[in-house]
Amino acid sequence: MSVKVDNLRVYYRTLRGDVQAVDGVSFAVADGEIMGLAGESGCGKSTLGKSLIRMDSRMRRVDGSVRLDDAELPIDDTRAMNKHRFKDVSIVPQYAMSALTPTRKVGKIIQELLESRGVRFAMIRPELERRLSLVGLSHDVLGMYPIELSGGMKQRTVMVLSTLLNPALLIADEITSALDVSSQKAVAETLVEFRDRGYVKSMIVITHDLAILYQVADTILVMYAGKLAEKAPAEVIIDSPLHPYTQLLISSLPEVGVTYEEKRLTGIPGRPPPLLNPPTGCRFRDRCPFAFDKCVDEPPFVEVEPNHSVACWKVF
Amino acid sequence: MLKLERVTKVYKVGTFGGKELTAVRDVSFELQPGEVVSLIGESGSGKTTVGKMILRLTPITGGAITFDGVDVSRLKRGRVKGYYRQVQGVFQDPFSSYNPIFKADRVFSMLRGAYFRQLSSAEWERKLHASIEAVSLDPAQVLHKYPHQLSGGQLQRLLIARALLLDIKYLVADEIISMLDASTRIDVLNLLGDLKARGLGVLFITHDLSLGHYISDRTMILRKGVVVELGPTASVFGNPQHRYTKLLLDSVPQLHTKWNGDGVLESYAVADDEAGVNGGSPALVEVEPGHFFAAEES
Repeated sequence: MSVKVDNLRVYYRTLRGDVQAVDGVSFAVADGEIMGLAGESGCGKSTLGKSLIRMDSRMRRVDGSVRLDDAELPIDDTRAMNKHRFKDVSIVPQYAMSALTPTRKVGKIIQELLESRGVRFAMIRPELERRLSLVGLSHDVLGMYPIELSGGMKQRTVMVLSTLLNPALLIADEITSALDVSSQKAVAETLVEFRDRGYVKSMIVITHDLAILYQVADTILVMYAGKLAEKAPAEVIIDSPLHPYTQLLISSLPEVGVTYEEKRLTGIPGRPPPLLNPPTGCRFRDRCPFAFDKCVDEPPFVEVEPNHSVACWKVF
Repeated sequence: MLKLERVTKVYKVGTFGGKELTAVRDVSFELQPGEVVSLIGESGSGKTTVGKMILRLTPITGGAITFDGVDVSRLKRGRVKGYYRQVQGVFQDPFSSYNPIFKADRVFSMLRGAYFRQLSSAEWERKLHASIEAVSLDPAQVLHKYPHQLSGGQLQRLLIARALLLDIKYLVADEIISMLDASTRIDVLNLLGDLKARGLGVLFITHDLSLGHYISDRTMILRKGVVVELGPTASVFGNPQHRYTKLLLDSVPQLHTKWNGDGVLESYAVADDEAGVNGGSPALVEVEPGHFFAAEES
């Protein structure tokens, strides 16, 4: 068991009260597993990803624990986390274009980062060059300034850099959202390749794009309004989802081949509840066509079939 | 009919505008009432520039845009207002289209000040409510609210309602749903389909092939400012001719089919491929009725 998150609650402190962005989330990611974390904006997926590597000052852990290879991660202690960041837990941020310091050469950035972790740059340089050529970059990029690279090349450089010390857990937060379709495919395939080569043990890929997750993820975890809705192998989530939210979400996605005239898709009416004082009971209740009186109680997140967990009273 | 003939846009870039950047080169197409044409391209392909030129938000460098036979770029002041009465645009980010200090319905009162001064308050109210209902919103829920109190889908639909107040014939929809959440974006897309049935011509600008395929009658693929393929949606997607169109279709993540197992290196080579992009604009060849593609020099 590589990563184990247990009943994690992370709230944002605001003047008007706590915003309950991640509210009682438990899951595990096995060694060699790519877990996709999907959901709409404001569902808490990025907060969950951030709390595994660096909480900002507004975030507060209210409850729960994160264990990485049987050692507890001190996620709310920024200093103590320093020794885990980059080595054990690493992140590929969404805007790789702004992740590189513009006034330093790429090689220099990498060197400084490695030396801050007590790793000699010269030792790792051959491996670095091997990995750069794996993503189609020549090692000349090390002598260039970030401005000399295109957006896609910067994204690749950051991916190589983030995984250079073979972290146990990599968090990839919306890394394909800002890219063109053709680069999207290449970047997504790189994630799988890095896992296959053992550069990264486990991966959490956060995105709103279920189609990308279907291509790369082993399991998909769907979040709604700060809570877990459903978790299952990728094929099961796409082909036979059980939670009404997952079902409606997937049926609202147009695919190449679907046209307005032949098959009119429908969206989900309404909008997610506010996470500042969220309603009790099932949080999808107001938008759910199957809601019944039991839904005023909060449904537990239960494994209903092997490897398939869901939080919905209709399913139990 | 809205018609573009060999429209070109050259931006001056660099210090003192010393360099030139051709954003759009020799783009020609026409938009009929009651049809949706998708303009699909990646970032930097010039798709937004095409929309902006149609809306006169940026001047054209070469070619001509005509609306029912009248050259749009030469319109004088009074005539411009008449043009905007019939051609309107809606843009990508609903949150920055509104001034957050004012209530969202200010966009309607500004429109009234410019176009409907002669209407009485009751008549205006009736017209406004009809148009808000036409975009499937409840006037009581959306009027007198600030932008932050409304969802992105509601704001975007209000902008479409604003355009509809003007009896428009054509709508330039530039990435109008890419900022919206998956569960609500399809409703805005369906709305475009309903408007099309009522005779509106829509230029649907997008980078998302599946959205383009869902809604449009004809599809145009733009690459680095040049049209590489143009035709009925079914034949462009079903029988793509240009290498670039095929590449895009291969890269789209599908929900029920996995990508072919190309290696990472091949995929990067494809993404980086600049072949076929040169200064010229290759002639379009017709393969099927109405289906054109840019033949590459081999």
